Amino acid sequence: MRPFTYQRANSPAEAAAAVARTPGAKFIAGGTNLLDLMKLEVETPQHLVDVNHLGLDQVQPTPERGLRIGALVRNTDLAADARVRRDYGVLSRALLSGASGQLRNKATTAGNLLQRTRCPYFYDVTKPCNKRTPGSGCAAIEGVSRDLAVLGGSEACIATYPSDMAVAMRALDATIETVDGAGAVRTIPIAELHRLPGDMPEVDTTLRSGEMITAVTLPPPIVGRHVYRKVRDRASYAFALVSIAAVLGDGHRRVAFGGLAPKPWRVEAAEAHRTAQEIADVALAGARPTRQNAFKLTLARRTLAAVVEA
Amino acid sequence: MSDFRFDTPAGPNPIDREQVVGQPFDRIDGPLKVTGRARYAYEYHEEVPNVAYGWMLGAGIGKGRVSAIDTHEAERAPGVLLVMTHLNAPRQGPLQADFAPQLTGPEVRFFDQAVALVIAESFEQARHAARLVRVSYDRQPGRFDLKAEQPHATKPQGDVDDKPDTAVGDFATGFAAAPVKIDVTYTTPDQSHTMMEPHATIARWDGGRLTVWTSNQMVHWAVRDLSGTLLIPPENIRVVSAFVGGGFGAKLWIQSDVVLAALGARAVGRPVKLALARPQIMNNTTRRAATIQRVRIGATPDGRIQAIAHETWSGNQPNRRPEEAANQTRLLYAGRDRMTATKVALLDLTVGSSMRAPGEAVGLLALEGAMDELAEKLGMDPVELRIRNDVQFDPEAGPSRPFSSRHLVECLRTGAERFGWSRRNPRPGQVREGPWLVGMGMAAAIRGNLVEPSRARVTLRPDGTLLVETQMTDIGTGSYTILAQTAAEMLGLPLNKVEVRLGDSRFPISSGSGGSFGANSSTAGLYAACQALRSQLAQKAGFNTGQAEFTEGQVRAGGRAVPLASLAGPAGVTAENGIEFADLEQKYAQASFGAHFCEAGVDLHTGEVRVRRMLTVAAAGRILNPKTARSQCLGGMAMGIGSALMEDAVVDTRLGCFVNHNMASYHVPVHADIPALEVIFVKELDDKSSPMKAKGVGELGICGVGASVANAVYNATGVRVRDYPLTLDKLLPGLPSLSPA
Repeated sequence: MRPFTYQRANSPAEAAAAVARTPGAKFIAGGTNLLDLMKLEVETPQHLVDVNHLGLDQVQPTPERGLRIGALVRNTDLAADARVRRDYGVLSRALLSGASGQLRNKATTAGNLLQRTRCPYFYDVTKPCNKRTPGSGCAAIEGVSRDLAVLGGSEACIATYPSDMAVAMRALDATIETVDGAGAVRTIPIAELHRLPGDMPEVDTTLRSGEMITAVTLPPPIVGRHVYRKVRDRASYAFALVSIAAVLGDGHRRVAFGGLAPKPWRVEAAEAHRTAQEIADVALAGARPTRQNAFKLTLARRTLAAVVEA
Repeated sequence: MSDFRFDTPAGPNPIDREQVVGQPFDRIDGPLKVTGRARYAYEYHEEVPNVAYGWMLGAGIGKGRVSAIDTHEAERAPGVLLVMTHLNAPRQGPLQADFAPQLTGPEVRFFDQAVALVIAESFEQARHAARLVRVSYDRQPGRFDLKAEQPHATKPQGDVDDKPDTAVGDFATGFAAAPVKIDVTYTTPDQSHTMMEPHATIARWDGGRLTVWTSNQMVHWAVRDLSGTLLIPPENIRVVSAFVGGGFGAKLWIQSDVVLAALGARAVGRPVKLALARPQIMNNTTRRAATIQRVRIGATPDGRIQAIAHETWSGNQPNRRPEEAANQTRLLYAGRDRMTATKVALLDLTVGSSMRAPGEAVGLLALEGAMDELAEKLGMDPVELRIRNDVQFDPEAGPSRPFSSRHLVECLRTGAERFGWSRRNPRPGQVREGPWLVGMGMAAAIRGNLVEPSRARVTLRPDGTLLVETQMTDIGTGSYTILAQTAAEMLGLPLNKVEVRLGDSRFPISSGSGGSFGANSSTAGLYAACQALRSQLAQKAGFNTGQAEFTEGQVRAGGRAVPLASLAGPAGVTAENGIEFADLEQKYAQASFGAHFCEAGVDLHTGEVRVRRMLTVAAAGRILNPKTARSQCLGGMAMGIGSALMEDAVVDTRLGCFVNHNMASYHVPVHADIPALEVIFVKELDDKSSPMKAKGVGELGICGVGASVANAVYNATGVRVRDYPLTLDKLLPGLPSLSPA
């Protein structure tokens, strides 16, 4: 771990300003991902701005009959919130399928959104990785790629995005609220928060320097069957090979995939189709799998069939 | 007193009373562990103040040479006391163990081999400074792919436990003539031990004397190998390994942490503590080697094996052991014409070595899968096929070498009945419950019974309590408890009057923990020491040793009873003795046996496998403590489920490393993967194994379990996967296609 300086912020705007003006600064909340990466020196912030004491830990109703989730609401608390369980079952289930009890106790809503890929080469500083060291190459594309992206990757990077929570939020059309160093507030549709790697895989999101997530807002509840189906190599504490967040209602359905791409993968145009096969044909179009991860496409189709046709 | 030589089968002895031994006592070290007072190697804070921290820097390439190493910046980093590389490492002795000596030259034999040691005031400073060491390499092409190297594999040259090849009769002819035959090739992946406690050491020098607190299974080997490496006499070395948070073979021999901590502490003149981080463990320490195994079995239509062959290939560093995956096939089933062959290829991966049940754990994944395939081809019940081929003597040596005890058939029959095996549908892919395809599978288990010389010291203290001291280690297995039970039984004391101290080289040399020999051997050594103490005490009481009975805290004979405490005197009475084993293991084939039964569900859509229930029936001689032995079996079963379904150290065959080198990506089962497991012990005493009449049980639980899972998956789906682990991607192509809605 590289030595770093540390401050505790007193307000979101102050935190954002501190990160914006300090070179190499990062926010720290639960630390469940950042600290691991710092120990490996994959992340080497020179300055940490601790946002754990800013409040932002409430789940509140919105005037639009949705929910506003503070950035620092812990995953455990969000999953257990009675309104989330009642009205946004897909989100509660997605949260509970992620990580372990200990990690969920610590991990925050915003931190979960901003976790980085678990590509093994990203974690190993002796290997080339364009996401970690731009221009160094990608060891994964020709290497061990079984867990990596089949959709949305590029010649530079096929990392997958690991969050379960975000896949459910994508299906729910959540929006992200932020504040920047100048105190300006904006909202970002979750579909636009994460970006595809292209030739800049080192940039995971569309957030600007110093911009801090303060809340995630859920639109009014969507009536229907809420499903989060996560398929993985063991029964718990493993990242998704494929996951599906779905809300299945009368005459409407939403389907987002996890584990397949550098961001939660949802193709709205697919959702109007009737059968799982038709939905998959559209949603998974343009896939470019490796030999090792082509099975994910079969798995996604079969899992979708189980979810939609159950 | 010379050590007790076990050269004839044991007669009746005090252990047969089974008033304490054989009872399911809770482990006596349990309260220490659950309250955090049991101290592990890294935790001797009071004894070793003023420690400095070490960090191992591993090579960033798979094969080649360090061409330049610049430590300038690292040496100037805050808190750094020392940077040691092959350029300034002290002279060490020749090769003692896989990871002793260290930093001997610029050659990089495998990824993450130590190239530098950094010592600093804090752990974080040492770890960070290691990143400032600039290492340049000349990369060389490496051999990282077992499959590619298989054609170049040869007969093992170096350290081999057993003969690599055997042949009896004429396999080729017998197999060719057999009416029903199978010829199948299975593969198993590299595995990592993944014990909870990482390799960790504190080293402290007092002048020319070294003390290491380390996590080690074999204290006397650690002393020996440190002596040869550091070039100091063994009597100047103290090794303490009082509690070990799991080993599974990873801690049989000293690894880089021990040597580097000792070298570093001497160089900086301060105690040094060094632990390997989890990501280092998978590449820097030993592994269980991947195997390719070909099994051929020829049988008569009524299921009698006529010819059986098991060939195995694995890869390792030069002069290192192959994975001896064919060995159990020499003993498990009858058959006139037979052969086994073991070949090893050179690989530039870290050293392949022992991991829980080396040989059988992966050998049975192939053999017991093949037996299931043979049963299906014969149209015969898999349990019945195994019963039909039971043999009560070593089938290679013939009837002149009977088994010391073998109750495989009883295990099979008991298990089949208790598990409800008769409800299994022999046709695969027929049973469906909702989205689950459900199947049952079984496998036989065998694990060779090993014994090792072992010594102990027992002291009857003036307060009437008994102190047991031996180098024996408790790697989570229950050694403390069974040793206390043994001493209590021998001296007629309640368990709470016995104190056991383990894992210190100041105590008498014991078997240590490995190869399932620890429980039987160390209690047998303690038995001998207790016999010596009984003689002394009987004499003091004025009794004839042979007639004295030790019971209820007294020694009794001829109607007279003397309290033991009264015989201890002000200084106590001490006896030390041990056991050595003569040639009964040559005269008798010795092994523990078992049978595993598994019910598994496979998700029709996704191919996810869930073990639903499992039963193991084991015959392992006297069960010294049914509770701790059961726990050993449960752990083995969980590990076996992992080997069947998920454990896989994935090699990047271009770069030469294990890619998934942490516990998030190297999967072992979590609680949710392990259903209700049941264990039944068949009553058995083995008088040719030791005076305890026990056999090894710690590894039996893993042997064959994985095959029972794979066979259940086949029964559920009709998909036979011969490439372990059975991850869902391998099942998907064979699952029924989904009809479009």
